[in-house]
Amino acid sequence: MKIRFRRALAKRHMSMGTLRNSFDRRSLVIGALQGGIGTILAARMGYLAIFENEKYKLEAESNRVNLSLIPPRRGWILDRHGIPLASNRADFRVDVIPERMEDAPRTIARLGQLLSLSPIALQDLHDKLDKVNGFAAVEVASGLDWERFAAVSVRLPDLPGVVTQRGFSRYYPAGPSVGHLIGYVGTASAEDYEKDHDPLLVTPGYKVGKDSLEKIFEQDLRGTPGARRVEVTASGRIVRDLDTRDDVQGKTLKLTIDAGLQDYAARRIGPESGAVVVMDCHGGGILAMASMPSFDPNSFSDGIGRLEWKMLSDDDHVPLRNKVLRGLYPPGSTVKPMVALSFLEAGLDPGESVFCGGGLRVGNRVFHCWNRRGHGQVDMAKGIYQSCDVYFYHFAQRIGMNPIAAMARRLGLGQEFPLPVVGQSYGTVPDPAWKLRKYHKEWQTFDTVNATIGQGYFLVNPLQQAVMASRIASGRKLIPHLLHGPSDEQAPSLGISQEHLDLVHSAMNEVVNGRGTAGRAKLPIANVQMAGKTGTAQVVGLNVGSGKGGLWKHRDHGHFICFAPFDNPRYACAVMVEHGGGSGAAYPIARDVMTYLWDKQKAMDTLLDFEKQWGGTPKQRLDTRYRTYAAQYGVNVPAISPEEERAKVREAEDTQNEPQPIVSDAQSPAPEPVAPGDGAPAPAASPTEPAGASDSAGASPIVGGTQ
Amino acid sequence: MSRSVVPEAISRQPWQMLVPLFGLVLLGAAVLYSAAGGHLQPYALSHVIRFLIFLAMATVISRLNRNLFRAAAYPVYGVIVTLLVLVELIGAVGGGSQRWLNLGFMTLQPSELMKPAIVLVLARFYESLPAPMTASWRGLVPASVLIGIPAVLVILQPDLGTALAICFGGAVCMFLAGLPLSWFLGVGAAASVAAPIAFFTLLHDYQRNRVLTFLDPESDPLGTGYHITQSKIAIGSGGIFGKGFGNGTQSHLQYLPEPHTDFVFATMAEEWGLLGGLFVLFVFAVTLTWSTNVARRAPDRFSSLLAAGMTATIFFYVAINLMMVMGLAPVVGIPLPFMSHGGTSMLTNMICLGTIMAVNRWNQTNRTRL
Repeated sequence: MKIRFRRALAKRHMSMGTLRNSFDRRSLVIGALQGGIGTILAARMGYLAIFENEKYKLEAESNRVNLSLIPPRRGWILDRHGIPLASNRADFRVDVIPERMEDAPRTIARLGQLLSLSPIALQDLHDKLDKVNGFAAVEVASGLDWERFAAVSVRLPDLPGVVTQRGFSRYYPAGPSVGHLIGYVGTASAEDYEKDHDPLLVTPGYKVGKDSLEKIFEQDLRGTPGARRVEVTASGRIVRDLDTRDDVQGKTLKLTIDAGLQDYAARRIGPESGAVVVMDCHGGGILAMASMPSFDPNSFSDGIGRLEWKMLSDDDHVPLRNKVLRGLYPPGSTVKPMVALSFLEAGLDPGESVFCGGGLRVGNRVFHCWNRRGHGQVDMAKGIYQSCDVYFYHFAQRIGMNPIAAMARRLGLGQEFPLPVVGQSYGTVPDPAWKLRKYHKEWQTFDTVNATIGQGYFLVNPLQQAVMASRIASGRKLIPHLLHGPSDEQAPSLGISQEHLDLVHSAMNEVVNGRGTAGRAKLPIANVQMAGKTGTAQVVGLNVGSGKGGLWKHRDHGHFICFAPFDNPRYACAVMVEHGGGSGAAYPIARDVMTYLWDKQKAMDTLLDFEKQWGGTPKQRLDTRYRTYAAQYGVNVPAISPEEERAKVREAEDTQNEPQPIVSDAQSPAPEPVAPGDGAPAPAASPTEPAGASDSAGASPIVGGTQ
Repeated sequence: MSRSVVPEAISRQPWQMLVPLFGLVLLGAAVLYSAAGGHLQPYALSHVIRFLIFLAMATVISRLNRNLFRAAAYPVYGVIVTLLVLVELIGAVGGGSQRWLNLGFMTLQPSELMKPAIVLVLARFYESLPAPMTASWRGLVPASVLIGIPAVLVILQPDLGTALAICFGGAVCMFLAGLPLSWFLGVGAAASVAAPIAFFTLLHDYQRNRVLTFLDPESDPLGTGYHITQSKIAIGSGGIFGKGFGNGTQSHLQYLPEPHTDFVFATMAEEWGLLGGLFVLFVFAVTLTWSTNVARRAPDRFSSLLAAGMTATIFFYVAINLMMVMGLAPVVGIPLPFMSHGGTSMLTNMICLGTIMAVNRWNQTNRTRL
């Protein structure tokens, strides 16, 4: 054992012969290894080329062929006569795809030079680039002229990540007039893409509807994208076109809107914060739905820049709120024809009268009439056309709140309508059950008193007021709608007796064409008489302000509802002027808008005169304001944080859930028919004596304080 | 008797190896012609011209005397090591790494020349080493130093691929020289322990990335895995018969990196398919088998080690390049002999081939003498 062990350790003797043998063996081994590796390589190649051939063929093909989508032309939005409210126009545009840019700052600077972008535009572009996630295209400029477009196009090889395109962009001929009605389009956000994984959304040049009709009907308006198959190199250079499929334009959307009237109504509101709704009394179609101030949807489509955002947020008239649907206001005396109908239905003799001495004593309290000198003996008709509060105080107590609230709902107040809109605030029609539910408090006499004159908890939006006007005018349960359909079938009757309606119609006619509160609202059209009802809704107690002058925020809201012709109603209209100082701010607008329906020229003449004083059309005024802001702030406006943006939008939209302060007393109605001017708010001295009581004053903005 | 028809100088040439090789070079030229978008310039023409020039050079080498080889071994090795040091110094002075020397009329990459030189010097070393010492430290240490000096210099450049090629050529020589098998097993075991450590400490980031990418190319298809992925797509999409001459989209649309040098096989396989690939493998099999047989037939220790070492060097090029383009090895910048466009690798391979042809001639003269 020992010996063998030693021999194993001992050096093997090596001679030239053993080495030669070892070389022969080992070279054979190496040769075999080489052969083995060669076999493995052959097998591997066979595997790649035969078994994985299909897979790699596909991959080579998807390398080679680039499918680029051609954004479809968006469907047009037409008015009832076929006039475009939203169309497309041919456009030269430049986008960048951040992910593909090699040297982003240099590329952007070069583009700024080539396109001669202003410092403000460059800043906005940088903001957009900061916000975007790499995959989406960012619009640098659109609506370019050929020279600037070509300047970028020929330099594309030096500007990786830049895309130039001939395409179509959305165009709204009426600009700000249709901002709230139609909405606007914009580049799809990351959230949009989360919800809808259509690759079209990240295609340069494609924009999604961002608001209102553009948003609601996005899928219909979108159309089918075209496609271009091109052969591209690894660096993205296009070698040749393989084939092209044309896009299919989105569906056309036809509305009940009258484009001319919509534009006229929006412009006629002028510098005020207000809303105008015009409805067709036959079918319920909405002819105009304007909320001002507004924004220009044309300038929103490339994103909302810092300056634009500052302009919007500085404006206390809340341009982002669609006041027709989202604005809630106490309706004031415009509810009186409705209240009168409820009285009639409850069996009140319209001839029965009450004496108005400027107020009504109930128990130890006095409820004032807006006219402190009193109206004398007042029956129902006079109660409406003179808007006598005492008449309604008196009989409301006899009839009770429930029939009034029921009639309010029947006529559309407090209701939401099946409209293609992004949201409606339906407001409040107060009644005892509601108050108990909401505040756990019993209904009080002063609650009824407040409600019958459209104050207190009563909150409506202008659309509801227009629906109420149209339902009173027609006696039918008209449902407002926006889409123009072939079936304009008669709406069912509301079940209100024609006799009652006639009585209210004639009293409302008297408001305008007789001894009423809105004599200046008379239409300048022969043979067409308009019936209407004024409303002045108080915002703060008389101890805070008269409601006519002073702080804008403290002025009364002006309302006017009307329909014409009064004996055969065709159109109904509601006008609201927020803090307009009273109904005197509202009815001239209603008069001119209704005039437009019969005599466009006459109405336009009036408007053009006004616009000379106001500084042009809404579009021109927005542009002027933008220039002022650009000169004043330039690029020094701070960036908008997304939270701030959301908060501001919520503030503009979330009107339904605003806290409604509890009302603990009767509100003193504001004087009605004293606005002398046409259109412009005319602060008038308050004829009322200073507020006497001070028990519940001022703490909450809606609470009045006189007894 | 048929030999008398053609002159002996021509009939003596190893045509059974050379004819398939010409076929391979011509296929290479065709692929380069296609890769240049259907032009002889800049690749195909110079490829063929270089091959012809270097073939003449190889023929000249093959005519050289065995004793000349013996005598030149150490001086040649010394000169190339000096050049490697020089490259290192110039690189240090100029800042940044450098692999070549500018000779004015051409750039010379000394590390490439070291590949055949290491084989030559080791063959000479083991020839002069007395047989009994082969299994002692005297058989191991001097050879290790001879390999280690250039290998370290080349790693410093840094050029891992070439350093590995030098080590591989040297190691094959040592193995064939008859060093005990247990040493190789020991080194192999040590390497398998040291490799992970070296991987995390010695390698540069880009080298580490290449290895990681090789292990999982799809992890980063647009980054470092791009080369391997695109190469596999080119080979796989070619199928059995290929897409046809001039129709390779991967190469023509620039998806394939380096379609004319390192990835020339992928370029070829896309257009010529599996058949083209098998032809390439066949030619290399013929060449290497012939070379191995030359080595095995060689009458003395020096010639057999020389021929076998040169064969191993060529094999190393072929195997690493093909494994790389097929996704079996990490991306290392090693071209495919006789097909890739590039002067230095053609020079190295033709030196190897010429040396093997020389050994072949010595075999023949031996045989005629016998």
